[in-house]
Amino acid sequence: MPPKSGHQRAKNIDYDEDDIYGDDDYYEEDGYEMTDQDREQMRIGTIKVKEALGSSLMVSDAQVQDALWDNYYDVGKSVADLKKKLKPAQPKLAPKAQPPRTSSRFDQAANAVKLDIKGKQTQSHSPLFMVQELSCTAPILASSVLSHQDDPMPLQLRTNASKGCADYPLSSPVTMTHHYDSFSVKDFFCDTPWCNVPPHRVGRILVEPCFPKGGLLGGSSKTSKLAALAAARKKKQEEEKAMAASLNKLSETQTEADAAVALLDRLSVKEKDGVSNAGLRGGGEISEPRLSLSRYPIRKKSSTPPPVPIELKVEIPSEPLKVVETPTLRTGPSAFASVLCGIGSTTSERRTIGPSRFPIPYTNFPGFANAKPFAKPSPDDVVIRAQAKGAKPKPAQSKKANEEKLAQSIDKLAMDESPKLKSKNLNVMEEFERSGMKRMANFIVIGHVDHGKSTLMGRLLYDLKVIDQRSVDKLRKEAETIGKSSFALAWVMDQTSEERSRGITVDIATNHFETDKTRFTILDAPGHKDFIPNMIAGASQADFAILVIDASTNSFESGLKGQTKEHALLVRSMGVQRLVVAVNKMDTVSWSHDRFEEISQQMTAFLTTANFSEKSITFIPCAGLTGENVAQKVEDTNASWYTGKTLIEALDSSEPAKRNIGKPLRLTIGDVFRGGITNPLSISGRIDAGAVQIADSILAMPSNETATVKAIEIENEPVDWAVAGQIPTLHLTDIDPIHLRLGDIVCDPNDPVKLIKSFSCKILAFEHVMPMSVDVFRGRLQAEGKIKELVAVLGKGKGEVVKKKPKIIKPAEAARVVIELSRELPLEAGVRVVLREGGSTVAAGLIEE
Amino acid sequence: MRLLKSQIDAKHGTGFATLLPEEPEDMWHAFNLIQPTDLLRARAVRRISKTSDAGSVTSQRITLDLTIAVTSTDFDIGSGQLHVAGKVVSENEHVKLGSHHTLDLELNRKFTLEKGDGWDSVALEMLREACDTTQRAELWAVVMDEGLANICLITEHQTILRQRVEVPVPRKRRGGLDGHDKGMEKFYSTTLSTLLRHLDLGNAMPQQTDKTVPLLLASPGFVAQSFLQYIKTEATRTTNKQLLALLPSVLVAHSSSPHLHSLSEVLSSPAIKAKLSDTKYAKETDYMDKFMALLRQDDGRAWYGPREVDRAVEKGAVGQGGGKLLISNALFRAQNVAERKRWVALVERVREGGGEVRVFSSLHESGKRLESLGNVAAILTFPLEDLDEDEDEDEGANDAVRDVEDMNG
Repeated sequence: MPPKSGHQRAKNIDYDEDDIYGDDDYYEEDGYEMTDQDREQMRIGTIKVKEALGSSLMVSDAQVQDALWDNYYDVGKSVADLKKKLKPAQPKLAPKAQPPRTSSRFDQAANAVKLDIKGKQTQSHSPLFMVQELSCTAPILASSVLSHQDDPMPLQLRTNASKGCADYPLSSPVTMTHHYDSFSVKDFFCDTPWCNVPPHRVGRILVEPCFPKGGLLGGSSKTSKLAALAAARKKKQEEEKAMAASLNKLSETQTEADAAVALLDRLSVKEKDGVSNAGLRGGGEISEPRLSLSRYPIRKKSSTPPPVPIELKVEIPSEPLKVVETPTLRTGPSAFASVLCGIGSTTSERRTIGPSRFPIPYTNFPGFANAKPFAKPSPDDVVIRAQAKGAKPKPAQSKKANEEKLAQSIDKLAMDESPKLKSKNLNVMEEFERSGMKRMANFIVIGHVDHGKSTLMGRLLYDLKVIDQRSVDKLRKEAETIGKSSFALAWVMDQTSEERSRGITVDIATNHFETDKTRFTILDAPGHKDFIPNMIAGASQADFAILVIDASTNSFESGLKGQTKEHALLVRSMGVQRLVVAVNKMDTVSWSHDRFEEISQQMTAFLTTANFSEKSITFIPCAGLTGENVAQKVEDTNASWYTGKTLIEALDSSEPAKRNIGKPLRLTIGDVFRGGITNPLSISGRIDAGAVQIADSILAMPSNETATVKAIEIENEPVDWAVAGQIPTLHLTDIDPIHLRLGDIVCDPNDPVKLIKSFSCKILAFEHVMPMSVDVFRGRLQAEGKIKELVAVLGKGKGEVVKKKPKIIKPAEAARVVIELSRELPLEAGVRVVLREGGSTVAAGLIEE
Repeated sequence: MRLLKSQIDAKHGTGFATLLPEEPEDMWHAFNLIQPTDLLRARAVRRISKTSDAGSVTSQRITLDLTIAVTSTDFDIGSGQLHVAGKVVSENEHVKLGSHHTLDLELNRKFTLEKGDGWDSVALEMLREACDTTQRAELWAVVMDEGLANICLITEHQTILRQRVEVPVPRKRRGGLDGHDKGMEKFYSTTLSTLLRHLDLGNAMPQQTDKTVPLLLASPGFVAQSFLQYIKTEATRTTNKQLLALLPSVLVAHSSSPHLHSLSEVLSSPAIKAKLSDTKYAKETDYMDKFMALLRQDDGRAWYGPREVDRAVEKGAVGQGGGKLLISNALFRAQNVAERKRWVALVERVREGGGEVRVFSSLHESGKRLESLGNVAAILTFPLEDLDEDEDEDEGANDAVRDVEDMNG
């Protein structure tokens, strides 16, 4: 349905009616509309009629409108009609007060069928038609009718229902009919034990839930195609049957109506459903008694059927849409639908629930009346009371009378200091142990530029369904438009416009996924050498690493000279022990075993010299772009030689990292950002040691400013605490953002990090080291400094002094040096730093003092 | 600096020179020239208080020429001010002999300098350099990275950090991408406005329309390019003519870090070298790089540190045919006269031996690099081993890769 068309406008009008009837817009949505003129007339008329009726009569807009419609906007007549109609309705409220309360679905279904039958009988129609229909479309239902016949409930139902039928003859339907019917709707649904329904039928019903607005009966555009098709077919059948039946009895006018229907059919495909219904209605109004119950009463006020077809006939050629606008045109559900819902008339009546009468669920349970939901304090109250109790400062209680003054003063002090946030005073260590949390692991993906790190991770997330097909398709489309279709998966990780346009990762991208055993955090590092600082920031958060190597010719070799080597050395010197080597792009070398072996050997040789132990290195051949051997085993016949693990399996077999939970809090700020309106200042970073919980006071160094933790998030889920090894987002209050910079340390105010300007450091040189300016890296922290003094070259194993005051330290030598920083920084003994100069990593070090 | 008048006896080094500083950088030269024990005569403002016969004290500020024997100098790099403290050596009616005074040397106000122990070769060289008006290259450089920019002015003899711009830029994160972009936008705009304030285009342009100071943008990654792009769009958007005029003289270079010391790396990059090869700082950088390269080779031809270089010079290794002495002018500013003499003697000896002497400005990045090597380094004509006294055996320490961690354990 194109937006802003006439249909759209019609739809809007319909919503008004929906509000009143809670009805489906089955007919209306099918593309019928009033002209603007009509609408205006209707509006004015409605107002006038309402005025005329005054407040004495409860009448809904729609009723008024219906009346107006019937009387061609004649206000006087409509008022008269309405009065006539509503008066008799009034007294009938009482008998309807007792709807059947508890009944199984089958009971209801059975009852409904009976209702149908009864209705048919009253209309002097052969019940055979209906029964036949039922028996062919819903044998279960039919049999259930029989089996439950002696059940008292259906009997009661039946009496009620028949009473309803008797009370409201077709010719004088009233609003109360709606009320009654809405009760029956409620009945139908209130205690339906869905679990007992045969599965195939439950499925159907869930697909098309019987909400007031649902287009179960084929009207809504939201119906699934299958359902729509089936419904259409059923409708056709039914129509045919109805036509056949009507042939015997119907007058000429009805055939005229059929002709009009046929005409409409030809008018538009869209309108077909509705029109066929209209046709059905025209033809089947008398033949199908359940219609009478579901029908809008006002419309039917014209006691003889002929006028309706006439109306149809008159209006269809000129303004076919008008016809359908009137609610009288609705038909009963198709046989298919009645089977689906297990009932005929009640099903359709269910749709007439007005919002004012919307049934409250569970009201039918006997326990409902007894339940006094507000008798006890609400859970919130309980919590607040408990907190109030808990928050009472202990000192005041423990102090005795002789120390009362002191106690009071302490009490006061405590009050003054009490933070706005209530701390839960959790013992985070216990909480952590108790939580039995899944293993957590952060890993960094490293490797030379363009070796496919981001794509591999994109593939991983895609295969694990962390990223859905739709977003990937979207990315693929976007990538294709700028001619970089192969980058689509990488874009899962590379999200900034710069990264996308240049096709390289610039900054660490984090993402999360979960396997059966472990919750992983991916840190996708940039491969370009300019962004090694970012890679270092990522590596400092990682427990282990995936080294991605391009298997294609020359790429591996150039990478080994470049960042493959540097990254591997860096992660090792930052404490990463375990390495998964993903030999990527195996598809480009047609899964050559030789190539894989060659790379494995060379890398093993290199990595062992870089002090990785051989057993902590795993080689996995894979293809990130196509996804082979990432999550699924490779199916390529060329790769039959490989029987080992997939990448995911290899990740899963990683050992959990040790956590320094017991130590005082240390968190390196990795990002300072605005977390939203409610959280104007947030930081994120890995907790290196210790734990943090909500309402903790923290100290940011080197600014030496305190802040309060307002909230904690891990992987976008709010939590109460976080422990070492996790990468939480802390929402802070009571601090200005200028005091927080990347690389700063957040620590426990009781055990702050010391600021140092100069420190002695054991280094492992990667390049020649002489007294010179260097960049000192510690996670996100990047500082200017210089090597002030080369103290000594150290021996291999024991670290004994080999040579004092060397002039220069050669690559691969270990040495002790003194480094002076340009400003004071929070660094502690035992912290690992990386020294870089002029775009290359000079050395990695461990701070001694 | 303009040399107004000089009477220097070439043989003994006695005499004086009258100088007129014209540019801020001249203060730097003056700072290097003026040593303790020198006699400095300049215009001064001094408050004179007189006690009348009746005992009432009147005080007034008068301008007068004072000659002081310098005891200490103080140079403020940022503002380019030089304060020289000393004792008055020439009495006049207002100021007594021996009273202390601090002269504030000012631009466009002449001063006369007489060396306490004569003009030595280094001092004369400095004087010559200071008064050389031909090479006055200037360069503005912005070394930047995401969220951090160092705006500095590189002149012939100085690299002055004018301003450090730090803007917090949120990192990229899921769902919060605009934070990063917004942060970068803010960073660029802050940097540009700061830069413009320092460039002072509005005032500079009318005076020297012919001369545009080149602007060098350097960063890791693409920040510099993006910043240039930003400047371009800003210039067009605001139709800032001065800024538009500046655009052609903008150079973009690669640096590996946003810190000032990566300027040396920028200046040694081929693209920049080609444009700035004749400038002093580019040459200094070049020399430093050569020295470092030789040091890495570790073949005994490159030595640094006062003692080692002293010895090498003694052995005549810094002589004809490639011998180079790299020395920072910080050593000549030594407050200790004997110290200065030592270095002057070293320089003279190298010159006599046919070696080349490069005096590095301690304010340049290359000078800073030299400073970390002990302010003096030498490239020898022939290899010399064991110049460092207490050398130990150093074999066996060069092959195995060891992990830092193991050393700790």
